[in-house]
Amino acid sequence: MTTTLPAYDEVVARYEPVIGLETHVELGTNTKMFCGCPTDFGGEPNTRVCPVCLGLPGSLPVANKAAIEAIIRIGLALNCSIAEWCRFARKNYFYPDMPKNFQISQYDEPICVDGYLDVEVGGETVRIEIERVHLEEDTGKTLHVGGATGRIHGATESLVDYNRAGIPLVEIVTKPIPGTGALAPDVAKAYVTELRDVIRTLGVSDVRMEEGSLRCDVNTSLNLPGQEWGTRTETKNVNSLRSVERAVRSEMLRQASVLDAGGRITQETRHFHEDSGDTTPGRSKETATDYRYFPEPDLVPIAPDPAWVAELKAALPELPRVHRRRLQQQWGLSDLDMQSVLNAGAVELIEATVAAGTTPAAARKWWLGELSRRANESGVELAQIGATPAQVAELQGLVDAGKLNDKMARTVLEGVVDGEGSPTEIMASRGLEVVSDTGALTAAVDEAIAANPGIADKIRSGKVAAVGALVGAVMKTTRGQADAKTLRELILERLGVQG
Amino acid sequence: MSDLTRMTASEIASLVAGGETSAVEVTRAHLDRIAAVDDRVHAFLHVDTDGALAAARSVDERRAAGEELGPLAGVPVAVKDVLATRGVPTTVGSKILEGWRPPYDATIVQRLREAGTVMLGKTNMDEFAMGSSTEYSAYGPTHNPWDLSRIPGGSGGGSAAALAAYEAPLAIGSDTGGSIRQPGAVTGTVGAKPTYGGTSRYGLVAFSSSLDTPGPCARTVLDAALLHQVIGGHDPRDSTSIPQPVPDVVAAAKLGATGDLTGVRLGIVSEFVGEGAEPGVMAAFRESVDALAKLGAEIVEVSCPTFAYALPAYYLIAPSECSSNLARFDGVRFGLRVGDDGNRSLEEVMSLTRETGFGPEVKRRIMIGTYALSSGYYDAYYGQAQKVRTLITRDFTAAFERVDALISPTTPSVAFPMGARTADPYQMYLADLYTIPANLYGGPGISVPCGISEGLPVGLQVMAPTMADDRMYRVAAALESAIGTFTPPAL
Ligand SMILES: [Zn+2]
Repeated sequence: MTTTLPAYDEVVARYEPVIGLETHVELGTNTKMFCGCPTDFGGEPNTRVCPVCLGLPGSLPVANKAAIEAIIRIGLALNCSIAEWCRFARKNYFYPDMPKNFQISQYDEPICVDGYLDVEVGGETVRIEIERVHLEEDTGKTLHVGGATGRIHGATESLVDYNRAGIPLVEIVTKPIPGTGALAPDVAKAYVTELRDVIRTLGVSDVRMEEGSLRCDVNTSLNLPGQEWGTRTETKNVNSLRSVERAVRSEMLRQASVLDAGGRITQETRHFHEDSGDTTPGRSKETATDYRYFPEPDLVPIAPDPAWVAELKAALPELPRVHRRRLQQQWGLSDLDMQSVLNAGAVELIEATVAAGTTPAAARKWWLGELSRRANESGVELAQIGATPAQVAELQGLVDAGKLNDKMARTVLEGVVDGEGSPTEIMASRGLEVVSDTGALTAAVDEAIAANPGIADKIRSGKVAAVGALVGAVMKTTRGQADAKTLRELILERLGVQG
Repeated sequence: MSDLTRMTASEIASLVAGGETSAVEVTRAHLDRIAAVDDRVHAFLHVDTDGALAAARSVDERRAAGEELGPLAGVPVAVKDVLATRGVPTTVGSKILEGWRPPYDATIVQRLREAGTVMLGKTNMDEFAMGSSTEYSAYGPTHNPWDLSRIPGGSGGGSAAALAAYEAPLAIGSDTGGSIRQPGAVTGTVGAKPTYGGTSRYGLVAFSSSLDTPGPCARTVLDAALLHQVIGGHDPRDSTSIPQPVPDVVAAAKLGATGDLTGVRLGIVSEFVGEGAEPGVMAAFRESVDALAKLGAEIVEVSCPTFAYALPAYYLIAPSECSSNLARFDGVRFGLRVGDDGNRSLEEVMSLTRETGFGPEVKRRIMIGTYALSSGYYDAYYGQAQKVRTLITRDFTAAFERVDALISPTTPSVAFPMGARTADPYQMYLADLYTIPANLYGGPGISVPCGISEGLPVGLQVMAPTMADDRMYRVAAALESAIGTFTPPAL
């Protein structure tokens, strides 16, 4: 696709976007949704399987109570009503990664409905309405070999791994989100981020987008102001928080260019490409499969005891929004400062760094400064940068102890990010340490004075500002390992001048 | 020792327990009988000679070691080929599962093993339990031991014929619309469909999940009750299994056998004694009703008007569920795979496998069910059928406020000649007219021999409220005590 895209500002000046998000979360239960197989990640293909999750003839599902508890807690954290009675449904379609050629899911009777999640974007609170939260089983994974596209069509061989088949999956669907204008991409990202944080706080999933335990589909449409909502597309394969934002933006731009040219938007599934940031069409929804949903006859309805639901509600942990407000106070940050911490995805990182003994200010300085810069440069999430809160705290400890100066600390941090080891290890391997041994330093200073008699005389005659030249000279010979302040005092002392 | 194959299960069990015969001896007698007659009857799809003898030896060893054995230890049992048996072929009467040896046992099979019964092999059935004559088996039909030119009923014709041919004293069946009771009726044997959820479906290859009910088949009511007691009860691996103990069906059968039904109110289903049934069937039924009245039962007529809609509702619900249940047979993970020659796509292989592996009746029902669940038709077909199901349940509930159990003929006709109905599916479906309502409701039903018409056995059906399986055993055992059992001509 090489069509020239319109500028984003122009697009949002002419069109109003409506977005919607469908998020899948793999629950971290010990066993699968409908059998006793373990859910641990990895393992040789087809080793975490049994007659049930392989869909062998005669096998029957039994619902995992821990998964039902987890989804109810998610529903409660998202302010949903919890159904007093609901059922699983079968979604019928043929695909080899589905052992039974139907997926046990929920259809018109989801367990959680009508909730909301408040997110903060640009200092404003945006309320995202949640339509439903339901429980289903994950599919296996297929690998198509020999085709040009890696898809099933044209493949010479297809391999299936059913280890993932039957892992409990929670689907969280928002209502359409209109009225966000130019902020639509940011709102989408903020929502997924907040959702991830909520679920992580509940401890029901590790919500890792890169491992697929959090997966997101983004719906986007554009309409002219005052007109009906446009035809939406569903973008799949959005595998990072950053991609959520990029996918919405790129789809807005693409749709605008189609509409500008007098075209119409096709209702379809599109695939997001991490490298180019583009979307390309997948299967068209206009020829959508009829899933022939009907209530799953092998499972009795779920009827959670209201008293149990009330107990779960009372036991919910402090949710991220409340938690953040508390942190903001503790850290003494303005709304604006807190917002930049949030935007950088640094709340938990700073919190953990502070917990490891660093002051909030210093922790914030590293995560929002040097590390955010590196994350942006390499296009990864801050949390994936390669430096841990413990390492940052260790680094700051070295600075506080006077063993590293600011410049050296930055160099050490580069090494940490590049995976060279812990700050202490890198200091050792790179031979970096503030020269605090005055004997060695004094020698270097005397040497510099002897080598620059003119400057020394100037300083002796009262031009103290000239000391900078000697500091520079000593820094050069000690490869920057001296503390500038100490050095300055030492030079003046050797020259017999009061600072 | 008199012929072991002519004995009831309870007789065999007590001989084994008393050391008067061994399980191995009993097993050999039945294996010999199978070898002698099954080429004519074709009740079995697979005879597990080695497995049966090994199980029998183990029972004998345990008895010799002084272990306490269950009430059916050492008794041979034939298992319908719809239940998964570890390492033993399980085909469901279909080519699509030819050669499949399950890696696990159905719960019922496991319970049979634990009880020390001896599994002789797997019995013939209509493909995927869809049929009323066993003529839809992909492996050839089973013949009725009363008249080898006639059908043994279906889908569990193999289990019923094995009993009538004295190849086994006990058998397991599964009843989705009458597949235990109707074969029982036309072979002169006893077949009980327990309360839905009273017997585990784990390992029962599903036809229609909300209707399928495995249950016992035997030549006497007491034997059926003994088997019911062994296989029944809660199973945590089946979500729809009822977490309650099995009603005491053995005690009920023994109580019934005393021949006293004083205080028991029985309701004849008015809708099932009209013009639909053959005169000979009605005559045998009427005589049995008189016999029940003589035993002290109070007889009334009860109208259940919605039962007239049971057949159409059933032929939407069962195919709908089957269209989904049978989707897994695609050649990817187990069973038949056709056309995987390196040139065809996966989709083509899946479709060719199903095209080749399923028989015409199975395909017909998959098509009907797929249509009934389609978007735009769901409400009119599947949805409507579910409403009818609710109404039928109400009729049952109302009836059981007036009577303790309902009675009717089990099936409108005696065993029909082979080939008579295969050209007309609707005529075939009519064989289950009287048995289907109990499946839609979920309550228990039993067929007990009640007479002879045109030289062929007739069955009477007793239906009871859910989890009151004991009541139907009492009534059935009482009738049996009054009119006796029926022996087919020698093969
Ligand atoms: Zn499993």
